[in-house]
Parts: sequence; C-alpha cells; structure tokens
Amino acid sequence: MADETLLEVCNLRIEATVYPPGEKPQTLVIVKDLSWSLKRGQVLGIIGESGAGKSTAALAGMAYGRGGVRLPAGEVWLDGQNLLAVGKAALRNVRGRKVCYVAQSAAAAFNPAHTLMDQVVEASLLHGVCNRATAENRAIRLFEKLGLPNPDKIGDRYPHQVSGGQLQRVMTAMALCPEPDLIVFDEPTTALDVTTQIDVLAAIKDAIRDTGVAAMYITHDLAVVAQVSDEIMVLRHGELVEHGTAKQIIESPREEYTQALVSVRSIEHEEKKPSTQPVMKVKNVTAAYGGTIDVLKDISVEIHPGQTLAVVGESGSGKSTLARAITGLLPPRKGTIEFDGRTLSNALAQRSRDDLREVQMIYQMADVAMNPRQTVRTIIGRPLQFYFDLKGEALDQRINELLEEIEMGDGFADRYPAELSGGQKQRVCIARALAAKPKLIICDEVTSALDPLVADGILKLLLDLQAREGVSYMFITHDLATVKAIADSIAVMFQGELVRYGPKSEVLAPPFDDYTDLLLSSVPQMRLGWLEEVTKSRRMASGGN
Amino acid sequence: MGSGLWTLIIQRLLMGLGLLLAVSVLIFAGTQILPGDVAASILGQSATPEALANLRSDLGLDQPAWKRYFSWLGGLLQGDLGTALSNGKDISASLGKRLGNTLFLAFWAALMSVPLAILLGLLAVRYRGRWPDKLISGITLTSISLPEFFIGYLLIYFIAVKTQWLPSVSTVYEGMAFADRLKAIALPAITLTMVVLAHMMRMTRAAILNVMQSAYVETAELKGLSAFEVIRKHAFPNVIAPIVNVVMLNLAFLVVGVVVVEVIFVYPGMGQYLVDHVAKRDVPVVQACGLVFAGVYILLNMVADIVALLSNPRLRHPK
Repeated sequence: MADETLLEVCNLRIEATVYPPGEKPQTLVIVKDLSWSLKRGQVLGIIGESGAGKSTAALAGMAYGRGGVRLPAGEVWLDGQNLLAVGKAALRNVRGRKVCYVAQSAAAAFNPAHTLMDQVVEASLLHGVCNRATAENRAIRLFEKLGLPNPDKIGDRYPHQVSGGQLQRVMTAMALCPEPDLIVFDEPTTALDVTTQIDVLAAIKDAIRDTGVAAMYITHDLAVVAQVSDEIMVLRHGELVEHGTAKQIIESPREEYTQALVSVRSIEHEEKKPSTQPVMKVKNVTAAYGGTIDVLKDISVEIHPGQTLAVVGESGSGKSTLARAITGLLPPRKGTIEFDGRTLSNALAQRSRDDLREVQMIYQMADVAMNPRQTVRTIIGRPLQFYFDLKGEALDQRINELLEEIEMGDGFADRYPAELSGGQKQRVCIARALAAKPKLIICDEVTSALDPLVADGILKLLLDLQAREGVSYMFITHDLATVKAIADSIAVMFQGELVRYGPKSEVLAPPFDDYTDLLLSSVPQMRLGWLEEVTKSRRMASGGN
Repeated sequence: MGSGLWTLIIQRLLMGLGLLLAVSVLIFAGTQILPGDVAASILGQSATPEALANLRSDLGLDQPAWKRYFSWLGGLLQGDLGTALSNGKDISASLGKRLGNTLFLAFWAALMSVPLAILLGLLAVRYRGRWPDKLISGITLTSISLPEFFIGYLLIYFIAVKTQWLPSVSTVYEGMAFADRLKAIALPAITLTMVVLAHMMRMTRAAILNVMQSAYVETAELKGLSAFEVIRKHAFPNVIAPIVNVVMLNLAFLVVGVVVVEVIFVYPGMGQYLVDHVAKRDVPVVQACGLVFAGVYILLNMVADIVALLSNPRLRHPK
C-alpha cells in the first residue's frame, strides 16, 4: 500500500490564451512537457519563482485550469483514472473527495457569507462521504488536532471573526475532512507572519503524518518546503530543473539554478559604527489613527548617515505607522522628529519642499506605486523637475545617469511599467527616490513581493547605492534574513512598542528577550529537521514553565 | 446582532426622514416659482383685480410663503393633504384610491419582473458567453431600448386587438372581482415588466460575474460543486446588496414612472391623476403627488440600504 503510486502525471502540457490589447490573441505555453508521480502518503514539494508554473502545474493535478488555462495534452492518472479524460461529472466526484485544495490566502478563500463549519463539511456532505453529524464531529477533531482554540465552538464563527493563521488551519481541516487521498497546498503559509507560519507549518506536517494523506506542497521558499517534503521538484519557466529527495536537493543540489536557490541570502554586510551626529532622531513618538488606541507607543530611534536602521515586526506591530509618522503622513500625537539637526513639523503641509525632498519612500508594491500610463522617463523625471527644475538635455542626462545607477540601460526610459518585470519595477522606484537626492530613504517591505533571487539583487543594489551616495535607509521588513543582510542597527517592534533596539551585533546576540527569541527562532532554516527541533524545544520550554 | 448594526439602521431611518423633510421644502419652493397664478387660472377671463385679491385671500395665497409652508406641513403630519383647488375635493381621499391602484399594478409587475430578472441573470452567468447568455441579453436589451408606449401599443395591437385575449383598456372600479382586476392590469403589468427587466438582469449578471473571480468561488469549484450550485450557494449570497439596490430603484420606477403606461391603458392611477392636475395648475395636488412619489423613492432606497446592511456578515456578526 505504502509504495503504491497515487498520482501519475505524464507529458503534461498547459496553455493559456492571452489577449494583448490591439493584437491578435496569442497562445502562451505555461508548461511544455512535465511528468511526475507521487506515492500514497508522500509529500512532494514544488518550488520555483513566481511565474514558474508551479501553482498551475499542481492545480493541473486536479485537472483544474485557473482562468483561461487549458490542458491540451498529457495524462493525469489519479488512482487509476485519467482525470483529463473522465468528463465533467466524474471530475466533480473526484474534486473535494479524493483531492482537496488549500489556498494561499484563506482569508479570501473562505466565503464571507457562511459559517466556517458549513464550509468545512460542505464537500463531505456533497459527495455523501458521511452525514452531517459525523462530518461535524470529524471537523471538530481536526480543529483540535490542528491546535485551534475552542475546537467545538470555532465552527460557528464567520471567516472575518478569526485570525489569518487560524483560518489557514481551518482551511487545512476543510481539506482533510472528506478524508481525501491527496491535498494540494498552494503556498499555505506565505501570507502569514513568521511566528504564525511556524505553528501552521507544524500543524500541517502533523496532520499529514497522522492521516497518511499524500500532498503536493507549493511554495517559493525552499527552507519551508525542506521541512515538510519527502521529495522536491524545482520548476523554472514551466520546465523541470531538478527533481530529487528533499535531502539531495537541500544538501547537494546538482543544477546551478537550484544551487543559487539554496545559497540565496548570502550577502555579507559589515556593521558600521554609529556616528556622533544622527541624520534622523525620532524622540518619544506616540501616534494613533483617529480613536484613542495608540498604534505607536513612545518610540525613540536614531538613524546615522550612510547607515541602515532595520525595523522588524509582524503585521500590526506599527512599523509602517512609524514610517507614516516620520514622513508626516500621520502627525504624531506626542513626540518630535528631528532631521539633520532641525525639528521637522509634525504635519505634512507645514514641511518645506526641502524637508520633503530629503526623506523619500519606496513601497512594497512597485506595481501600484507607479502610474501605469507614464513611461519610466516621466516617472523618474518628475522629481527632477519638481525639486531641481531640470529641463531638456540636462533632464535627459540625469535620467540616463539614474538608470545607469540602478543597472538598467537607457533603453528602458521609454517603457511603461507594464513592460517591466517585478524586479525592474522596484529598481525604477529606487531611481525615483534617488532622483530627489534624499538623505534618508524609507524602504517599506521593498523585497517582500519579490522572488528570493530578485530580492537579493535589489538588496545588493541598495547596499551599493548606500556606499556610493551615503544615503541612509530605514528598512521596514518582517523578514529577519533581510535584516541580517543589510542592517547596521535594528529596532524590533511588537504591538506598537519598541522591544529591542541597538546595533545589529547586540540585537542579534543573546541574551534575548522572549519576543526577539521567538522571532529569531521562527525563521525557517534551510536544513532538514529544523521544524522538529524548534517545535520540540518550544514544547519543552512551555512544559518547563 | 450587534448594537453597531442597529445604530447604523437607526441612522439610516433618521436620514430618510430628514431627506423627506428636505424634499417637502424643495417641492413647496419649486411650485412657488412656477409661472402663473392659481387664482388667475381659476377666474380665467372674468378676473378683475378685486376678484383676484378676494380669491387669493380665500385661498390663503396672500400669506407669506413660509407661513403657507408650515401650515401645509402641519396638515401633512395629520394626514391632511389639503383640498384640490380645481374641484374642491379632499386630496387625501382621491389620492388614496389612485395610489392604491398604482401600487396594485406595481406590485404585480414587480412580482413578475424581479424573480424573472434574477433567474435570467443567474442563467446568463451559468452560460456566460454562450448562446443562452446572448439570447437573454439580446431580448432584455431590445425590450429596454424600445420606448414603453411603443411596447404598450404593440401589446395592445397583438394581444388585445388581434387575438382579443386581454382587454386593451385597464378599467378598474370599486367592488371589481379580484380575477377581473388581474385581467384588467395584465397588459400594463407586462409592459412595465419588459421595461425594468433588462436593468435588473444586467446588474445581477454583472454583480455575480464580479464575485465569480474571487478565491472562494474557486474553492467551491474545487470541492466539486456543480456550476449552478457554486453560483447559487457561494456567489449569490455575496451580491444581495447590489442586486437589492437595483431592484429597489426599479420598484421605485414602477410606482413613479408609470405615468406613460397609465395614460396608454387609461388606468386610474397616480400618473393620470398627476397629469390631469398639472394641466389645471392645481398646485396642492401637484405638491401632494410630488411628495408621495418622493416618499416612495426614499422609502424603497432606505429599504435597499437596510437590506444591504443586514446582508453584510461583518455587521451581522461583529468580532
């Protein structure tokens, strides 16, 4: 039984039709010719950058094409049935019964109009797996196994009434409830905070082990996939790069691309000594959005010239609010912000043009931070005209210089944002910030939406620019690996408070406070067995208390 | 249910009342700036300056406008809409009967059109881009594009004159048997249905298609639900608010916009009553009709807003 093949995918081809405006529809080949198989009870990790076709390929394992995606060639054998040939009605019988799906964002994948329990037992009832009472019992046992609070009550709640990490676990319970043979996990922990991710990951791994279900686990994070998979399949541009056991892929990757993935985040950054004259002093800042609840509580930090302060914390810790307070978008209730020896006015409207010029921002979503109807030239040229009154030849020359600085040729100047890749878009945003010749750039999760290798390139660029231009960064992130790579000093935030602050070498050295310890130990590490070690040591610690 | 939801609903009710009051001011002011003079039009050619002055003081037209407004408003609050200048009859009584007739027609038109529109919308989504979708869109768009008087006369020609299945004139009177009454209003009700169908159908279709892009619809599909079940169970509950909004707008049209249809079918409803009295410059009647129409609009939109509030699970089940 254990060695029996459950899923056999042969020569799968995946296509989609795209409709470029003003042109004829084009057929796009997403996956050309891909084969893999999966034994019962095994977990296959599928890894690759965004656009590598990993979600599409895994969904094809359920014979499902998202949007206009078609499966014109190949065979998908599940338990003796070729899903691409059985027809719609038979396929409906397989989905939700033999194969279940766990989506990336459980918050979006649950219907806001129904209770969690109704949705968890829906597939079981639909396929007549069991009656409602049995299904609900089963669901409650799964809630318990997945470590959800109040397992017998949580099903009565609506999706918006529980947290993101809990929803992701309920979604896993929903997939397990009809006792399927196979579950497709589509980046189930990507949208979660690092401390939540580890709990959900451990819960998913336990559930897979205890129920003996097979799984395809899709992620772009090799360290995560190393924790849950028996085998790993690396995809790039819709083609197989490498397929092997988890141990082989992590410890001795054969292909160059896999080696790059394994050794990502290899940037070494020497910490600089703080100077006597900080460029920015945030003094006892307290801020709130309307109401009486302070989102920032008495925050004091300093940023030194040519150095990087990393602000770390989970979502809701107030790190982006701190950026808003510094830029004047959210005037603080208390406290002052000193810049270059002068006190900045709290309100944006009262700041001079030079005050505004010297603090620039780069955002997480480069896509929406640029006007899609403007060319790169207009986007970068705008601050040059606005702050320095550059015109004509001088303007063009400066734009070319800036493009040079972000390692993009002047051939890009007349492109629109839609014609750039994710990494190129973020580079243009960096050029736009640099154009103002700022002393401080606030980088708000600038690498979070990027693939690891692309993110690495952006970080290297930022460090180079710092060395050349002497600009300071306030680098907001939830990713501790990024912090280690570029920070000179670190501020750890939790629920609006500063829990730890100082030079990198001190913040990242023991003894730790509880929260920093939790945060540091939650970062997935690229070695097998890491998850077990951490959960075990946490259990011992909580047992000892 | 959360207290926050009740606060929102009560706020909405109070807003509706405030709006109605504001509309009453507008209607009163609007009729004041109309050219012409009721006294002059009643007296016609026999108007002498003394007669005019006498009639004006009899009708209270010599009082300042704000005094007349408050006495009108005072009457309204007690259910007294005043008396018609042209025939001296009590407006409340005649308006009541006419309003009853209009609501009767609107009710049956709504009963036909709303479920039909929603069902057609669901079907159009189910067979999106295929022939049933195109057929439904084509027919409903044709019927909304034709002027309602044209549809009315077409129906009269084919169904009343050629085949004589139904009467062409919708005469109703007190004590008429219910079945006869239904038969009498059949043609105007069908005309109205055809006029409002497309708008509601298109909105249902668009709202559901919008939701069909969402991740929870994909989740439902991957559970193995059939296409129609996905739409009914997972898409529809999340589009109630926009659909109710457009349904209420169309219901309001059924009451307020029936003027043309009532005239074609000679149906004794509000529309005819209003048209008659505009011709006679009977300001109190016009004011009363305007206020009733405004009230219907405000009431139905208020209902739409409240249903939208109630259909939002975040408000019904706060954290």
